Amino acid sequence: MKWIKKHLIAFAALAVLGYMLVPNVIVAAFSFNDPKGKFNYNFNEFSTEAWTNPCGAQGICESLGLSLQIGVIASLSATVLGAMIAFALGRYRFRGRSATNLLIFMPMATPEVVMGSSLLTLFLMLGVPSGRTAILIAHIMFCVSFVVVAVKARVATLDPKLEEAAADLGANPTQTFLRVTLPLAAPGIAAGALLAFSLSFDDYIITNFNASPSSITFPMYVWGAAARGVPVQVYVIGTVMFLLALIVVMTAQLISSRRHRQVV
Amino acid sequence: MMDRQEKGDLSLVALTKSFATFTAVHPLDLTIPQGSFFALLGPSGCGKTTTLRMIAGLEEPSGGRIHIGDADITGTKAHQRNVNTVFQSYALFPHMTVLDNVMFGLRRRGDKQARAKADDILELVQLGQVAGKKPTQLSGGMQQRVALARALVNRPDVLLLDEPLGALDLKLRRQMQMELKRIQQEVGLTFIHVTHDQEEAMTMADSIAVMNTGRIEQLGDPATLYEQPRSTFVANFLGQSNLVRARVNPGGTDHIVTVRVHDTDLEMAREHLPEGVDDVWLGVRPEKLRLGEAGGPNHLRGIVRDVSFSGVATQYSVEMPWGQELIVVQQNDGTARAALGETVSVSWAAHHGFALDASQDAEAGAELVDDHG
Repeated sequence: MKWIKKHLIAFAALAVLGYMLVPNVIVAAFSFNDPKGKFNYNFNEFSTEAWTNPCGAQGICESLGLSLQIGVIASLSATVLGAMIAFALGRYRFRGRSATNLLIFMPMATPEVVMGSSLLTLFLMLGVPSGRTAILIAHIMFCVSFVVVAVKARVATLDPKLEEAAADLGANPTQTFLRVTLPLAAPGIAAGALLAFSLSFDDYIITNFNASPSSITFPMYVWGAAARGVPVQVYVIGTVMFLLALIVVMTAQLISSRRHRQVV
Repeated sequence: MMDRQEKGDLSLVALTKSFATFTAVHPLDLTIPQGSFFALLGPSGCGKTTTLRMIAGLEEPSGGRIHIGDADITGTKAHQRNVNTVFQSYALFPHMTVLDNVMFGLRRRGDKQARAKADDILELVQLGQVAGKKPTQLSGGMQQRVALARALVNRPDVLLLDEPLGALDLKLRRQMQMELKRIQQEVGLTFIHVTHDQEEAMTMADSIAVMNTGRIEQLGDPATLYEQPRSTFVANFLGQSNLVRARVNPGGTDHIVTVRVHDTDLEMAREHLPEGVDDVWLGVRPEKLRLGEAGGPNHLRGIVRDVSFSGVATQYSVEMPWGQELIVVQQNDGTARAALGETVSVSWAAHHGFALDASQDAEAGAELVDDHG
């Protein structure tokens, strides 16, 4: 009894953790299912069929490839643009700075449905064809905001004296940026890039408005498949994505805790 | 590039810095001899840090020139100047090891012996054993020495120190003062040390420029500044001063003049009297005053109003007949002590007095000292 009392917080934490992880566990478990019929809702029989043949369902790997491609390009472009905006906002005073600060939040505050439909209207007016390019433009646009927020927070904590010290020690502006500013801002930039990738990879609503029949992303594929019966391969890919995310987060934690230990 | 023995003196010619609403540094003329340990001393906001930043190239002057030897460096950028700074906050690069911090400047110059030079300088500041650590793993005093090493290793024409000991506790500060002085003598570079701590400036510097509201009040070696201040600001900012209103009596000898303080005639050295002034503040440092009559001509009688014992010395506050209280500091060397309320004589030797133009505020600079402890 005493033991339980003592570890009450641990029990509560485990319960919450379990609550959060149950869906992932179910996904992982059902990725080893061999369903009876079209729907993968009841565990029928253990099978590694889907794991050994992840591209077995028609169109699934094409959609995954497209999503990864869009995710990488969109997050890289948004990171470069967003980091530059964040440095400008964090380091310089210029006309229109506060307006920019405010407007940068707009894509985050606008409901996705509204943004998706208005983007479609805009693209139609400008004659931009629906499909991959349109999706990419849309993704870069909303990812930039998130990158700016992440990088700006980091830039704000940088001591401008460090850049002065670099100049004082003979580093020209380019060297100062590459050797001092950029490495120090890197954690913020990396966080922004990861956030941008997962937002882009995950996006359904805006993507759906601006897609064409030849540009089916992974979320669109899953959504479409859900009506007819989700193939087990979706569970496999879901599990892999979850594990990858877990590894990335754990690595980041490990690096930062090691850095932190050095600080203390 | 490698061997710059011919560096020359640093000279500032009518150097000025104005901001939108105020002038931080009024036209400043100053020559700092090569190899000297120079202090810019003044309260916060007096323009000393702005002056330092202009020399470093981190602040653009509004007017005037900066020369090192024959070279005019006014128009050059910070990274083009062979001047290095030890920042108040140290500004060590947190993502680099101590060694990389120290080699940063050498690497920018493409110095082939960067590693060897860095090792030597870390040895000089006694940090060889922590070369591989990150700055944040070190104590404040060690970080301070890394900052010093990082600047020194480049053998700059001028090394600038911006309140480098401000963040250290008293004991460590004392220790670092000695250390800095030792290192300066060892490397023989020009050091310019900005500080608001008058004791620190006097301990370390060969010469001191006392700055106030963007101007140099007085320039000289520590002893001269202390013994013969030329303004009430210097008299109060560098240590304590008793300033009493006096009028110069006509006549006197070549060496001695008499001044009238209320109803008493007092003697002082003529060389300590500014020329062409009749109304003066007669100044005497508290430790130059003696309780009891020393036999000389200078003595005033008053009542002891306050006694505070501080170990090596006792400080008395003696009220004069006209209401002013004089501060007397007596070494606790076994001589007689006065009690509260006792009537005593306060005396001093004629050559310990100095005189300042009475048109100045007697309190100038006094209130600023306590701000910083």
